[in-house]
Amino acid sequence: MKSSHSEFVNMSWMDKVFQSIVYGGLLFAGILVLYPLIFVISASISDPVSVNSGKVLLWPVGIQLDGYKLIFKSPWILVGYRNSLYYTVFGTFLNVTITFMAAYSLSRKDFFGRKSITIFMVFTMWFSGGLIPTFLVVRSLNLIDTPFVLIIMNAIIMFNTIICRTFIQNSIPKELQEAAHVDGCSDFGILFKIVMPLSAPILAVLALYYALGHWNNYFNALIYLSKREYQPLQIFIREVLVQNQQIDLDDMLDFETAFQRAQISQVMKYSLIVVASLPMLIIYPFVQKYFVKGVMIGAIKG
Amino acid sequence: MLDSMVSTSFRKRTIMKLVKSWQLYVLILPGLLYLCIFHYGPMIGLQIAFRNYTPSLGIFGSPWVGMKHFRYFLQSPQFTVLIYNTVSISVLFLIFSFPMPIILALMLNESYSVWFKKLIQNLTYIPHFVSVTVLVGMVISFTSPSIGIINKIVELCGGKPIDFMGKAQWFRPLYILSGIWQTTGWGSIIYLAALSGIDTQLHEAAEIDGANRLQRIWHINVPGILPTAIILFILTCGRVMNVGFEKVFLMQNALNLSTSEVISTYIYKTGLLGAQFSYTSAIGLFNSLINCFLLLIVNAVSRHISETSLF
Repeated sequence: MKSSHSEFVNMSWMDKVFQSIVYGGLLFAGILVLYPLIFVISASISDPVSVNSGKVLLWPVGIQLDGYKLIFKSPWILVGYRNSLYYTVFGTFLNVTITFMAAYSLSRKDFFGRKSITIFMVFTMWFSGGLIPTFLVVRSLNLIDTPFVLIIMNAIIMFNTIICRTFIQNSIPKELQEAAHVDGCSDFGILFKIVMPLSAPILAVLALYYALGHWNNYFNALIYLSKREYQPLQIFIREVLVQNQQIDLDDMLDFETAFQRAQISQVMKYSLIVVASLPMLIIYPFVQKYFVKGVMIGAIKG
Repeated sequence: MLDSMVSTSFRKRTIMKLVKSWQLYVLILPGLLYLCIFHYGPMIGLQIAFRNYTPSLGIFGSPWVGMKHFRYFLQSPQFTVLIYNTVSISVLFLIFSFPMPIILALMLNESYSVWFKKLIQNLTYIPHFVSVTVLVGMVISFTSPSIGIINKIVELCGGKPIDFMGKAQWFRPLYILSGIWQTTGWGSIIYLAALSGIDTQLHEAAEIDGANRLQRIWHINVPGILPTAIILFILTCGRVMNVGFEKVFLMQNALNLSTSEVISTYIYKTGLLGAQFSYTSAIGLFNSLINCFLLLIVNAVSRHISETSLF
């Protein structure tokens, strides 16, 4: 399939047309994806009047950083940022621990009751009690309006557990575990001393999948939290971007007129989009291969 | 006599096995506990769909009412609207978005230049990492009739600005297009994996037999990824009634409600905000059952036609 580059010269007329269509199509797809992203970044650092009058089409016009300055003056955006970090870090730690331990047990062929327990767990992927009964359970546990609820919800996602189980089964030699067993190592010992050190790639996949889920989740906060001081960043983003509420600022002295404030609100929205996506975009180049790896492992045993 | 001996030794062996792997049970316990409480707990609580739930009486103390809530939902004026909106968004999204990752993967696979292929891949994965709030925020900003970039372009081309978010007929196109933007790149990964698994000898043999590239794609690559596509298609059909609440709810406003009100948003508003717990639990159960039913049907049809199925 992979032909050398010089072959392009020898290709038939038909093949050249075909190749051009392929490259053209791919380029088109790339531009479609990239354009909105570049536009948002450009608009966030442009002069508000130019943005509102449509002068910014691709590159920034009249560069300034007022949008960013204003965002970081809003106390609630910072609270949301802090809360989201907190939920993501602690939630992901809990997720990975529970998922990895369960996946290890499920990977052991000699685990008595493995089949029925797997079916019991996987069934939850296809049938759920739904929003209201779940809400009633959470309420009866007195978890409503506690920050703990955002950490514990989705503590284990079965799709991720199956990916992890498949990885352990296929990539960690059974002989190694059996040898340790013969030498008198307990199951805990095998997991923590042998399987875990060899599972770094899948632990990275799990951590990233769960972390992305926590960072981007607004649903659980919408349902289970009403106290403003516990809300994650996504809820504040929703208020500003979707419900079109003004960001509350500490001091209003920066604005001489309401008109000026209205002018800058759009730039502020674009700045907020950039700030909200920043953590994921910064780590993206480093972790992209782990995300892809997760899909690949998942593909082996959907 | 013999029977009882056999059964005791069987019981002993079972207990021995349980004792021997007690540590594995400890390891799986937290996960099992979570699923029991937060997934099976609500399934037990689903019985309020057949009761008249009142908080003071609790789930088990509320009086039984049989199928009353289901009958009420089936006869309510919302029924046809909700089902129509839910199914049409879902099915249209499926039709338009499902082929996209396949086309992208087939094209990426035909790229001779490795760096160009890598570049496009890494670019198209980015939207997967954008949160749904930010995505909808972008849609709203871009389509704004006064300052949105799309309407600026419409004006440049001589058209009149359109209030996309305020028109019910634009809800579905916006939902589908933004969905395609977000999911196509990420969805192509699984097909690229399937394509890389195709035996190169097939291509070499076809080339010797005089097949051109289009013919090779059509007769080798497409059948090669078909099983993957079918499995994904079955899985998607099992969720047809579960239009993602998160995005629909964010895109919803008073002006587009006639096309954007779906079952999940209705359950949220009537059930949680309006405190009609029993009635909306019944709607939720109805929804889940249709999903399971669709999954089984599509799975059975696929097993007959293509010999590919989930189970």
